[in-house]
Amino acid sequence: MASWGEASQSRLIGKRITRLSGKDKVTGKAKYTYDINRPGMLYARILRSEVARAEVIALDLTPAEELPGVKAVIELTQVGNQLRYQGQEIAAVAAETDDIAKDALRLIHVELEELPFVVTEDDALAEGAPEIRDWTGNKSDPNVDERGDLEAGFEEAAVIVEAKYHTPVQTHVCLETHGNVAEWRGEEYLTFWASTQAVFGVRNDLARTFDLPANQVRVITEHMGGGFGSKFGPGVEGHTAARLSKMTGKPVKLMLTRRAEHLVAGNRPSMTQHVKAGATSDGRLIAYDMQGYGTGGIGSGAGFTGPYVYSVENSRTERFNVATNAGNQRAMRAPGHPQGAFAMDSLMDELAEKLGMNPLEFRRLNDSSEVRQAQYTLGAQEIGWHKRNTVPGSGTGIKKRGLGVGSGQWGGGGGRGTQARVTINADGTVEAVTGTQDIGTGVRTAIAIIVAEELGLQPTDISVTVGDSEPGLPSGGSGGSQTTPSVAPVIKTAAEAAKQKLFEHVAPLLQAPVDDLRVGIGTIYVASDRTKTVTWKQATGQLGMESISEGGNWDEDLRQGGVAGTQFAEVEVDTQTGHVGVIKIVAVQDCGLAINRLATESQINGGVIMGLGQTLLEERIMDPQTGRMLNANLEDYKVPGTYEIPEIKAIVFDTHRKVSGVGEPPCIPTLGAIANAVYNAIGVRIRELPITPDKVLTALAEKKA
Amino acid sequence: MSDKEKKQGTEISRRSFIKGVGTGTVAATVVPTILVGDQNTAEAQTDEATSTAVIQLNINGKVHEIEVESRTTLLTVLRDGIDTNGNNVDLTGAKLICDKGECGGCTILADDKPVYACMMLAMDAQGKQITTVEGIADGDDLHPVQEAFIKHDAMMCGFCTPGFVVSSVALLNENKKPTLEEIKDGLSGNTCRCGTYPFIFDAVETASEKM
Repeated sequence: MASWGEASQSRLIGKRITRLSGKDKVTGKAKYTYDINRPGMLYARILRSEVARAEVIALDLTPAEELPGVKAVIELTQVGNQLRYQGQEIAAVAAETDDIAKDALRLIHVELEELPFVVTEDDALAEGAPEIRDWTGNKSDPNVDERGDLEAGFEEAAVIVEAKYHTPVQTHVCLETHGNVAEWRGEEYLTFWASTQAVFGVRNDLARTFDLPANQVRVITEHMGGGFGSKFGPGVEGHTAARLSKMTGKPVKLMLTRRAEHLVAGNRPSMTQHVKAGATSDGRLIAYDMQGYGTGGIGSGAGFTGPYVYSVENSRTERFNVATNAGNQRAMRAPGHPQGAFAMDSLMDELAEKLGMNPLEFRRLNDSSEVRQAQYTLGAQEIGWHKRNTVPGSGTGIKKRGLGVGSGQWGGGGGRGTQARVTINADGTVEAVTGTQDIGTGVRTAIAIIVAEELGLQPTDISVTVGDSEPGLPSGGSGGSQTTPSVAPVIKTAAEAAKQKLFEHVAPLLQAPVDDLRVGIGTIYVASDRTKTVTWKQATGQLGMESISEGGNWDEDLRQGGVAGTQFAEVEVDTQTGHVGVIKIVAVQDCGLAINRLATESQINGGVIMGLGQTLLEERIMDPQTGRMLNANLEDYKVPGTYEIPEIKAIVFDTHRKVSGVGEPPCIPTLGAIANAVYNAIGVRIRELPITPDKVLTALAEKKA
Repeated sequence: MSDKEKKQGTEISRRSFIKGVGTGTVAATVVPTILVGDQNTAEAQTDEATSTAVIQLNINGKVHEIEVESRTTLLTVLRDGIDTNGNNVDLTGAKLICDKGECGGCTILADDKPVYACMMLAMDAQGKQITTVEGIADGDDLHPVQEAFIKHDAMMCGFCTPGFVVSSVALLNENKKPTLEEIKDGLSGNTCRCGTYPFIFDAVETASEKM
């Protein structure tokens, strides 16, 4: 059975290794799609609807076509079509400069007849609301799930809590907006630089769309400026760039504006849930009844978890989607989990309080995960759980502190579908190639670590190529925290195979059988006689004119899904201003085998900070009067900045020697931990995110009254 | 406000919106809602675009002669500019992220002061020593800030990293030994979405010890 070996035997795996792309990233040399400059390249822009719902009455591109410097103008909709959200595409322009493209958009003649719209869930569900898609009352068919005997459960309950929880729509805010550079060679070959999480997915989509054999499309993503689940396909903008390039015979760059990024490039759906839950006097969660909905804009996919993490025998859940005239949702870091976790962790605390129990103890009684049980102990110790207010809000002074806890779970076990090659050249150089992409998680470095560990080299000795479809070694999209667990087994087995081949070449030199050879650090030696040794270069010198190039294979035993996490938060609430400051987060995250501890800590920090943003700051605000998003920029849509950052204790909680993904899970428990800490500080519960000063002050005022 | 007045207000707003999108007119049957136009007319933009000048910019110690429009930003010159000899400036380290001085992704130094290159017109950069992230290292010798960013993994996707590196250099030039609060102040004009802040703070602290 293949294995990663004992931790004590690992020289590199599990250690803190700096990333291979570090130097390029700190010197500005790293080239992102947005940085690609091709000779004769044109700049493209898209004209978008500024209304929520309208029919296209007239569309005339001629005035734009006549502007000097404009090379192509195309329709992205047609007269008679219905535009169904602000930001939907109307037409596109390619011009010699970005400024000319901008000017040309303003010359396009368009007439729209506005139609009744709904942009908020409340408006969509109101009696007599205009139906904006093929759903009665703008509601999808509900998803109903029943387990056990709910009625009996409530009868057994000693306490019952009923509450309504809400999280608003959050947008991804990728710093590199969605976009691409397309360059055709004749009509037969398309090179496509894409800001994507799925190099091969984009290649296959383009091949289908433009009716080309897949090997006549090359997709390149050397570096990528953030995706968080929103960058799996070429999208309208990608198809548009390719069309404009084909028409003009020139390379075309089309990057979304910041505004369009908020409007059309995906978002995390909202969640509203009414929940009634009961627990027995000895602290068992016994009944859970929830009805909820969310909006994913004009599309569906607004699901969320619940009941979450904790076991409950008797439950009934009913969930549906609400259609609104807003851009479609896309997967966003642990889709459905953070919002479900916020509601569940708030509910658990409310039940515990009614029972007169410590909320941590109440969790322990209802959590079947052994991993999380251990994490509770460790996390409580790190945060100083004993410091919490036993009576919430009982602290004195203007600024009140409180502690809270939240939990999460995720899969992240990877899957088949990756091909990779490890090549050893006679000059001692080593190359590792696979068609995955490094979206900032550091998989490029993880690959180098695995190969270097296997061959007795340093990670910097390994030349890693990812983010290019040309070598024809496919890998899946980077979603579901699947990248490293999907890629690692294939890379490891490829490196093992290459090492075996090298041993075969070196055995005659060392006059020893192949199975008696081992790698040292930069050496190959004979296990039974350690005086017999050659340097790495002497060994590879045996290859003469040849190179060794070996593929790898998927191996179930090298990876495992199912990770648990828990977080503890300490907050300080200013009861005069309503400001919530997070003092400290302890994040205990199950990671399976962490290939690179440093990059894993980065991922945990990042998850916590994104969760913090969702809890305290982030909200897409739609104006029901105009149908427009009011904060489609980075000033009014607030993401965490330096002042919001607490002390974060990221604890890489190794549970086994198999690789699991960790990109998503650390953003889940943060919401409940902070929300519960706020309650512990001020004794008033905020059930609607984000927890902004106005909500805190209103809640405090209501408590007084 | 009476219903009648409301309706008039609505129609005025609608016209300004439609004009903004293009040269269209309002269709006869419309649903009364309030719209707010925010796009300028094409005429104003094209007039502005016609005014150009050849200027000299000193970027990372090298003088570039370049033709710019009055509206051209320094960031556009750095990233997309072509000098009068036909060479691309091609300094793409500074990124356009928000396009309006909200995120710090395009931070550069102008006479050692941190500036958002998206907010500075190219013409206003004349006579200043412009340093981009590409000019921070001394040849192959990285600046202590850059070394420390690598050591602490103060980056993930890396798209915001050039801006943070430049802001950190500017901060340490002013304040050799900043406290954590001073580091947060100094970098408060920069935004990261991956959440690399804690390791950036560590990196600046480490760099401050080396400078």
